[in-house]
Amino acid sequence: MKKSGIVSYGSYIPRFRIKPDEIARVWGEDPENIKNGIYILSKSVPAPDEDVATISVEASRNALKRGKINPKDIGAIYIGSESHPYAVKPTATIVSSAIGANFPMFAADYEFACKAGTAGIQNVKAMVDSGMIKYGLAIGSDTSQGAPGDVLEYSASAGGTAMILGNEGVIAEINHTLSVTSDTPDFWRREGEPYPTHGERFTGEPAYFKHTVSASKMIMEKVGMKPQDYDYAVFHQPNGKFPTRAAKLLGFTEKQYKEGLLTPFIGNIYSGSMMTGLSAILDIAEPGNRILAVSFGSGAGSDAFDITVTDEIKNMDRGSAPTIKKMLADVTWLDYAVYAKFKKKIIFGDAIE
Amino acid sequence: MGELSRMWRETDHRYRMVGEKCGNCGKLYFPPRDICPTCHRDSIGKMEDIEMSGKGEVVSFTIVHDVPPAFTRQRPYILAIIKLEDGPSMTGQIVDTLPSDIDIGTKVRSVFRKISEDGHSGVIHYGYKFVRDA
Repeated sequence: MKKSGIVSYGSYIPRFRIKPDEIARVWGEDPENIKNGIYILSKSVPAPDEDVATISVEASRNALKRGKINPKDIGAIYIGSESHPYAVKPTATIVSSAIGANFPMFAADYEFACKAGTAGIQNVKAMVDSGMIKYGLAIGSDTSQGAPGDVLEYSASAGGTAMILGNEGVIAEINHTLSVTSDTPDFWRREGEPYPTHGERFTGEPAYFKHTVSASKMIMEKVGMKPQDYDYAVFHQPNGKFPTRAAKLLGFTEKQYKEGLLTPFIGNIYSGSMMTGLSAILDIAEPGNRILAVSFGSGAGSDAFDITVTDEIKNMDRGSAPTIKKMLADVTWLDYAVYAKFKKKIIFGDAIE
Repeated sequence: MGELSRMWRETDHRYRMVGEKCGNCGKLYFPPRDICPTCHRDSIGKMEDIEMSGKGEVVSFTIVHDVPPAFTRQRPYILAIIKLEDGPSMTGQIVDTLPSDIDIGTKVRSVFRKISEDGHSGVIHYGYKFVRDA
């Protein structure tokens, strides 16, 4: 059986950004404390007419275009997000229709905080391996929420990445994947609540680090690799500090993790966070490169992937869809007032919308 | 409910810019038409679905300041007549762009965006808009 993996990939990051200085100005905080504390220099903001459906469609279209894949060959769509536009009506239905996929289609929306997109990758890979589908689309996408004045407001941002998996034309083989899961109440949002609640410092050691580091160690042991054997490592990025610390704890160097570390520039795009970091690595990776990719979702769990880039990547015109570097450079800055208007933190009456 | 079913019927056209090609004269139409206005009855049964590229250029535009309530967060917004590379001209909103950055001849491409929402509990309507094609 041919080894399955990533056949194509595409990302989408809204062009609007806000700096922590601007948010801190409004709430009377010291921006240097924020920047030093969580290492976020700016975050992306969705336009008023963008949501998880529109971001997922744009990312998927970029993936289809880059891989020259016929949407009729997509047999499954799974979308991970914690900000699906509907509580009941799957985003996957909208994406399926918008990319022109077939009526026979496995589809569902997933939720596992920030790792629901990578859960989709595992699901789709299993379906490819079992012969149920030729190609499958796994998307991690969010327009994440942070209450005004809360520390999350500095990081919660928007964006998404779509990965097409298959076993023909594979540009990056997924050698192995595994997950860890535990009931850890580090971060949650109850049904009907507009903003999430977090366990503040509790979110670090028992949640992010325990799961991310454990999953990383377990997969490296499983495949017989050591940190120095990898060309790149990418982790979930709730802020700029956590993934850097996790990487160092595991023994990775800055050279290995810096290419996939995007949170300092775009914030935390939740379900799209690690996948978009992986997308940035695939933009520049060479055949034979080995990548460790580990997501984390609050609640809590981690999905780990051991990946090898193949010769096939040389046949792909990676510039045929926007690269992460291009999207990082294409920016319109917002002040807090316009940001609040865009994010619907300013509420209108029913007569208006 | 009439609006809901009308929008649903137009999904292909709104989501993927599916127009029509006259099987008689070959001309493309967007939005789609059941009959070619040139070939009339000769086109009956010969109109084929065809997806537009979404790429085009601004032929004319206006800046809308007195906006409908649903567009309050987007005020002012740009409405343009766009000549698609495929042939047809159409009206579309240009987003993520300052009015000062748009002109006749500006290249644009289609994007997938929210068009409107039926209140807080109703359905969300999606469709094409345009951004500058850098």
